[in-house]
Amino acid sequence: MTIVKASMAGTVWKILVNEGEEVAAGQDVVILESMKMEIPIAAEEGGTVKRVIVAEGDFINVDDNLVEIE
Amino acid sequence: MADISTESKHQEYKEMISKGGHEKYHTKNKEQGKLFVRDRLKLLFDEGLQVEDGAFANILAGDLPADGVVTGIGKIHGRTVCVMANDSTIKAGSWGARTVEKIIRIQETAEKLGVPLLYLVDSAGARITDQIEMFPGRRGAGRIFYNQVKLSGRIPQICLLFGPSAAGGAYIPAFCDVVVMVEGNASMYLGSPRMAEMVIGEKVDLETMGGAKMHCSVSGCGDVLARTEEEAITYARQYISYFPDNFKNKPKMEAPKLPAPSEKSIEDIIPSNQNAAFNMYDLIDRIIDEDSFSEVKRLFAAEIITGFARINGQSVGIIANQPRVKGGVLFHDSADKAAKFISLCDAFHIPLIFLADVPGFMIGTQVERLGIIRHGAKMIFAMSEATVPKISVIVRKAYGAGLYAMAGPAFEPDVCIALTGAQIAVMGPEAAVNAVYANKIAALPKEEQATFIEERRNEYRKEIDVHRLASELIIDDVIEPNELRAALENRLDAYKSKELIFTERKHGVRPV
Repeated sequence: MTIVKASMAGTVWKILVNEGEEVAAGQDVVILESMKMEIPIAAEEGGTVKRVIVAEGDFINVDDNLVEIE
Repeated sequence: MADISTESKHQEYKEMISKGGHEKYHTKNKEQGKLFVRDRLKLLFDEGLQVEDGAFANILAGDLPADGVVTGIGKIHGRTVCVMANDSTIKAGSWGARTVEKIIRIQETAEKLGVPLLYLVDSAGARITDQIEMFPGRRGAGRIFYNQVKLSGRIPQICLLFGPSAAGGAYIPAFCDVVVMVEGNASMYLGSPRMAEMVIGEKVDLETMGGAKMHCSVSGCGDVLARTEEEAITYARQYISYFPDNFKNKPKMEAPKLPAPSEKSIEDIIPSNQNAAFNMYDLIDRIIDEDSFSEVKRLFAAEIITGFARINGQSVGIIANQPRVKGGVLFHDSADKAAKFISLCDAFHIPLIFLADVPGFMIGTQVERLGIIRHGAKMIFAMSEATVPKISVIVRKAYGAGLYAMAGPAFEPDVCIALTGAQIAVMGPEAAVNAVYANKIAALPKEEQATFIEERRNEYRKEIDVHRLASELIIDDVIEPNELRAALENRLDAYKSKELIFTERKHGVRPV
């Protein structure tokens, strides 16, 4: 199991995956908005999305958990 | 004529020296994928070690041939370089009095000859039993670091870390220009895991505490993570090619090459949506000679890219924001990374190319507590001081102090070029409209707000348009994205004779 974490503080702009979906390593799973920029966050390892922890619009801090992948 | 016993003793000593330590240590090294020190040197040099001094150091001790370090001179691509290389088959590469004296002497030799010095480190640290002779004195181990500092910026100093670099010895990499670490074997630490457990009660393994991957991606003490020793040596041989032998010379030109062929032009690479990410590596490939990129700190603070390349055969240092990572925003670590790289290029006459697509420095409580202001100051300080040709390219946007850090017009670049469509401003349109009109927007009826915001943003975009800035002589040229390679070739050629002394003083007071 791996947790995709936020690389920087910002708000969750778009969630690109659904629970149960297969993702590949390096695939973008969430886009954050920070400093007026879109910040794509990729899964480091591939697997199945077990849980989407955040919702669009949430404020998140650096290293906060975003998505759980199994 | 030497008598027979002297002659046979001499042969015996020579054999001891060429063989290194006990067979069991050679076997252990082989199991870990580590080469014998003399085999490393064969790989490093065109034709092996050309000159060796002090090979007979401590030979009478019986089990310490060369006193655990090889020092000498060889050639890389036909150029003379000096080397010191620990032998980990002899008392784990630890330092005795003669080991230290040999290292100091090769440093002195490299200075006299004005040639690069490579440190091939694989050492457990000081021999405690020899401490009075090797630790505190005038020509004790401290002198190695003092010499490194003195040589810094005079000759290139490169560290290849094949094993541990422990305690005081860990400062050898710290004072080098670049540190290549072999994954799985290289480590750097002041206190071993065993000592950490004894002294502070921490239970931790070596790889987690001071392994190559950690140092190359988290601490920033390592610059390049190599999978094997051969890969580390290949990197070092290429790295040297971007550099002159010493600060008095300029890097040599190589045969020019075209950029790697690609279906995507720069225009295709940069998205029209200002806020969308793109991969800056794709753009770098479009402007540099094919296969000429040699990156430093790829895994550390990846929101800024630093690396050596060639443009039309000329050695250059590239500093580029990476919008794909953290939006290309500058952080404390990215500012540190850029500061060291800029200072390194400037020391050895390597022109700097800044590729700016930067929303600014990161804001928020966390980064303020980390001292982002003083870290950012390091980058701006190094960039200001740099007197090599400095070319600032505004690829897409440069907002706030991001413009300053990326060699904006006030920082004496030789040119500030903007690509068509680029924006330069204190802040982007979204933030600016919000800052100026927040009260007004709030007072408007809900249904009118969106139109009002969009109108103000468009006005603002016109205000910060690159042609407006070019018309005011704020930027020196506006070019189409696909003209960038040609523009850089012409500029680099035009600025070749640049000679500048930044200012006269003892030295600046560097922010740290």
